[in-house]
Amino acid sequence: MAEIVLRDVEKFFGDNYVIRKLNLTVAHKEFVVLLGPSGCGKTTTLRAIAGLEEVDTGDILIDGKPVQSLQAGDRDIAFVFQLFALYPHLSAYDNIAFPLRATSENRAEVDKKVRAVAKSLQIEHLLPKRPSALSGGDMQRVAIGRALVRRPKAMLMDEPIGALDAKLREEMRTELKRLHLENDQTTVYVTHDQVEAMSLADRIAIMDQGVLQQVGSPDEVYRQPANLFVAQFVGSPVMNITKAKLQANGAKTKVLLGDGAASFDFPRDLQERMASVTSPDVDLALGIRPEGVLVERQETAGHVRVEAHIIEPLGAYDIVDLKVGQGFLRARTASGFVGRPGDAVWVRLDEGQTHFFDQKSGHAIDVRL
Amino acid sequence: MAHIRLDNVTKQYGGATALRDMSLDIPDGEFFVLLGPTGAGKTTTLRLIAGLDQPTAGSIAIGDEDVRGWSAAERDVALVFQYYSLYPRYTVRQNLAFPLKSRVRSYTAEQIEERVQRAAKTLRITHLLERKTDKLSGGEMQRVSIGRAIVREPKAFLMDEPLSNLDAKLREALRAELKDLQMKLGATFLFVTHDQIEAMSMGDKVGVLNAGRIVQVGTPQQIYNEPRDVFVASFVGSPAMNLIEGELRDGRVSVFSGKVEVPYSASKANGARKVRLGIRSEDVRIGAGEATEARVHDVENHGVEKIVTLRVEEHLFKATIPATVAVNVESAVRFGWNPAKLHCFDAATGTSLAHA
Repeated sequence: MAEIVLRDVEKFFGDNYVIRKLNLTVAHKEFVVLLGPSGCGKTTTLRAIAGLEEVDTGDILIDGKPVQSLQAGDRDIAFVFQLFALYPHLSAYDNIAFPLRATSENRAEVDKKVRAVAKSLQIEHLLPKRPSALSGGDMQRVAIGRALVRRPKAMLMDEPIGALDAKLREEMRTELKRLHLENDQTTVYVTHDQVEAMSLADRIAIMDQGVLQQVGSPDEVYRQPANLFVAQFVGSPVMNITKAKLQANGAKTKVLLGDGAASFDFPRDLQERMASVTSPDVDLALGIRPEGVLVERQETAGHVRVEAHIIEPLGAYDIVDLKVGQGFLRARTASGFVGRPGDAVWVRLDEGQTHFFDQKSGHAIDVRL
Repeated sequence: MAHIRLDNVTKQYGGATALRDMSLDIPDGEFFVLLGPTGAGKTTTLRLIAGLDQPTAGSIAIGDEDVRGWSAAERDVALVFQYYSLYPRYTVRQNLAFPLKSRVRSYTAEQIEERVQRAAKTLRITHLLERKTDKLSGGEMQRVSIGRAIVREPKAFLMDEPLSNLDAKLREALRAELKDLQMKLGATFLFVTHDQIEAMSMGDKVGVLNAGRIVQVGTPQQIYNEPRDVFVASFVGSPAMNLIEGELRDGRVSVFSGKVEVPYSASKANGARKVRLGIRSEDVRIGAGEATEARVHDVENHGVEKIVTLRVEEHLFKATIPATVAVNVESAVRFGWNPAKLHCFDAATGTSLAHA
């Protein structure tokens, strides 16, 4: 079993600075997801851990030992790719057994291991089949079986279910998670899909342009995003972000949104707390997730009247665009709650779910309400 | 602008039938989404309407005129594809003006300029007009492609997965923009996608297509709340509707080897029959006071909520619970189902008993 440590890792492709001073520790048995848009450096990082890519500076340690000098094959790590790299002329059984053939184990031992892995993946009935006779999901199960059969120290997965259709991805997510629980392998998993990251990870490491943006549990990155990038990359629909200004208003602090055409009342001490952690001339951005925009159909105290625009019925709930000044705030409501575009509704922002950011640096401002 | 109508359209390619006896009626000004998996016949339908292909049987009418034998240009519909086919050496302005400079149309320079400006303003790309298209982001390129369709003021817009190549955040933004655009133009949109969220969020009506046949046409709410068969039930909605093998007898469905029994009265059929009981994850309740015990098989954090996979014997099904409720894998919980939200499908045909 394994702990993986990346220490000040840097990687250049020519002039391209693809990994910038990356520090990350993946604990023994932990499931860490590297999440980010294409080109953010996540796959390069994974390949560096696997030994498929050399790093320019910094250290990669597995169980405390630097592994840069080790070949990929000597790192005792298994790799699963997005495209199931199976041997087409071999049966599923032989594909899974393949990594064991190189070792000097006897047939009975190999057979036992292959069947045990197949059982945990529920693919026992597929063992005699060739890859061409398998569905995409089953091919990937076989590929994962082949990775697991050696009982490697760690599993590295590069978008392993990215090529599957939506329904199958949903199923495979649950399977992968169960598999991790049963096998307890240290896992590093790469994806650009935040839903996958949120649902699989013990911790998520979010990358953008080669820079690690935030590392935290799914709850932490969702509830306390460190910056605007994380705030908008995690969560669907995307968090509302709008320019904001604070203004004293008697017993309240007024928060003016966008061009100032709409404002919401916040607790009085917001301004003082803001002043204590940031400079007064900082350009503020307010962030709030659609579920933090609270909507009423009747005029309600402390709420602001706005007009509903586009309503997206998503079945279990609706996403409603509300016209606030020149911009929009998206709200999540019960299904059918807002009747039709043009209807007047009353909204307020849930203080506990409101985030503030420094517009220029993008950093979150710590004034949790 | 125009109303589009397909009557009993069949399309065969060699021996393979891509579309079977398809009838569709899309009123003027409607946003209609054709939803289905790869190979269902969505793109074939678009190509037939656009005049890029001819049906093997059946008729197609655009604006109440039978368009059999009409060329693609004569049909005057605009196609927008997944891959933006822009001229890379041209500026955005030149790309937008291009369709207006065709010899079959005779527009003056002022008319062209006016239309280009109007389209650019509608799509908020005025600031990009002088830029070459290879200097644009994916979202901007797709806006320009749509702009090129708009300038012609066609009778209808046909869109073939135009958002599929964009990243998740942009897709979300463009979804709302497209819907907004369609409302502003008041135009007929036929939008093809395999993404049920796109279909639900944009469509006035959604037509679900499976293996060359229309399975169900309805508002997003109808498709979601009253699925006609197990295909629609499991294709629309995320997570997919739970479908559990059971037996219907005398107005009661029993599942999990009789461990759970629920009333189901929508079917008048007598006698026992094998069914699949459908329940959406948000209609599964979890709480100490509920009737039946299950094990927690998996917990997925989705930020705003959690999706929990529950296990009863060997059966798995999903429940949506608030993010604030703590549950641990392999712990025991009690669950119940909202009886008003149960669906029942015939095990053999897959058809909803409520529709039968």
